[in-house]
Amino acid sequence: MAKILIIAEHDGTTLNPSAAKTVSCAAQIDGGEIDVLVLAESASQVAAEAAAMDSVRRVLTIEDVANKHAIAAVLAPQVVSLADSYSHIFGPSTTFGKDLMPRVAALLGVNQISDIMSVEGTHTFKRPIYAGSAVVTLEAPADIPVVATVRVASYGAVESSNSAPIEGVDCVADLPAHTRFVELQAGSSDRPDLQTAAKVVAGGRALGSAESFDLIYALAEKLGGGVGASRAAVDAGYVPNEMQVGQTGKIIAPDLYIAIGISGAIQHLTGIKDAGTIVAINKDEEAPIFEVADIGLVGDLFAVLPELTEALS
Amino acid sequence: MKKILVGLKRVVDYNVRIRVKSDGSGIETDGVKMSINPFDEIALEEALRIKEKGAADEVIVVSIGSSDSQQQLRTGLAMGADRAILVETNDNVDTLSCARALLEIINKEDPFLVIVGKQAIDDDNIQTGQMLATLWERPQATFASQLEIDGDVLHVTREVDIGLEKIDVDLPAVVTADLRLNEPRYVKLPDIMKAKKKPLDSIPFADLAVAPGPQITELRFEPPSEREKGIMVDDVQGLVAALQGKGLV
Repeated sequence: MAKILIIAEHDGTTLNPSAAKTVSCAAQIDGGEIDVLVLAESASQVAAEAAAMDSVRRVLTIEDVANKHAIAAVLAPQVVSLADSYSHIFGPSTTFGKDLMPRVAALLGVNQISDIMSVEGTHTFKRPIYAGSAVVTLEAPADIPVVATVRVASYGAVESSNSAPIEGVDCVADLPAHTRFVELQAGSSDRPDLQTAAKVVAGGRALGSAESFDLIYALAEKLGGGVGASRAAVDAGYVPNEMQVGQTGKIIAPDLYIAIGISGAIQHLTGIKDAGTIVAINKDEEAPIFEVADIGLVGDLFAVLPELTEALS
Repeated sequence: MKKILVGLKRVVDYNVRIRVKSDGSGIETDGVKMSINPFDEIALEEALRIKEKGAADEVIVVSIGSSDSQQQLRTGLAMGADRAILVETNDNVDTLSCARALLEIINKEDPFLVIVGKQAIDDDNIQTGQMLATLWERPQATFASQLEIDGDVLHVTREVDIGLEKIDVDLPAVVTADLRLNEPRYVKLPDIMKAKKKPLDSIPFADLAVAPGPQITELRFEPPSEREKGIMVDDVQGLVAALQGKGLV
């Protein structure tokens, strides 16, 4: 019987949406019992949210002042202190999970499976490689824990109609002091979160300046959507790093993705291939983005965008 | 001697459109252009800049792979690394074994800083730096976009999902380089000639006596599922109509 431990990402007060998607993936494992671990300074608020997730059997909390910020070297030994009871340990494939889970795997002396996109069996999984240009099916050894991250864009969130029990666990691990949080510079939060927004409008290099991105923001606001960007637009300094979509940025799966002035390098396309509908607006009719677009429009974005925003009023 | 160790992985060049072998046994790499993993190139550039500022004495590049990886190490030497180490093997090395092998090199060289790319663009695993830091029992600063050495402490800015996070780590430490840490320099012809005289040592992987990690088996490879062919519209009106047809606006 599979016993699965999921490490919950949170900001101290709110559960990150990646948790409900990671649970959704774990629920695909036949007969799996799913526990969620909340590592926090004070866990009750986050644990209550976690306990509401369907498919969760129970929520474990380890409260320690050292858990105030998510530092992988501090969290990993605590995860490992519980590992004996589990056949699978999953985290989300967010920067939180990518930072933490290999540390867990190395402490346990196992290899890790990154970015599970499909569960094929209790120990068999599919994952993308080469920026999603290929998919490999992997089989993990049956007699040791499976440590993995879940490609959250491949999964919908489980519902929240549960009330699983919450149990506090003592922290028995030795925690290092060699890594210290200083500060977080979070992006503006008045727009829907890029990774959970149902609609996303994204701009590329063709915007030409940070000011031109106002056109993108205006359309996003009209749609009630989030805003993304290609690597080129981030590198050029038009928008901050957290907006980058693609192989090395965020992998997203909105219902609607509107790519504006984005040529569509393979590294970008891998970040949006699970979107419901992809719209491409580009003046270059040969742009590779049109190969994956459901709806394409060849045109000058500086003319098309104001007109589109107006038309949606 | 203050040393920085940099990991360089030989990967299929990022401009190559890779193909899955028709029998599903792997990726077609015959005759394909190979390069240094772009993130490792950024890692090396950062190490070189630290040395040029006088905060390090020697930059060592290390690769694990077949003798073909000498090409990428030579490129690293041409960029400015002082010497290179190839941990030579013709086998596929799992990530944990790779980290264990790098730890052996660390134990020999005693660097105060190790920098590797945040991910290799072939397997996209995003694991090696973190596993190495764990085995070394040292801090990790992943997805770094800015570094500042301040005595025995490294101030790091990290690119995380919600923005930028600043952390302090005690040295020695492992850093994994993100895209915007720097822009790697171009290699000039005279540097390529000079690099031929720099030391490149080969160590057979087996000589490191690394215990192999528990193997994850690759059962089969396949191309990703294709999206269905879309439609082109002529103007904004057509676009709005198409979106309305799908119930999206």
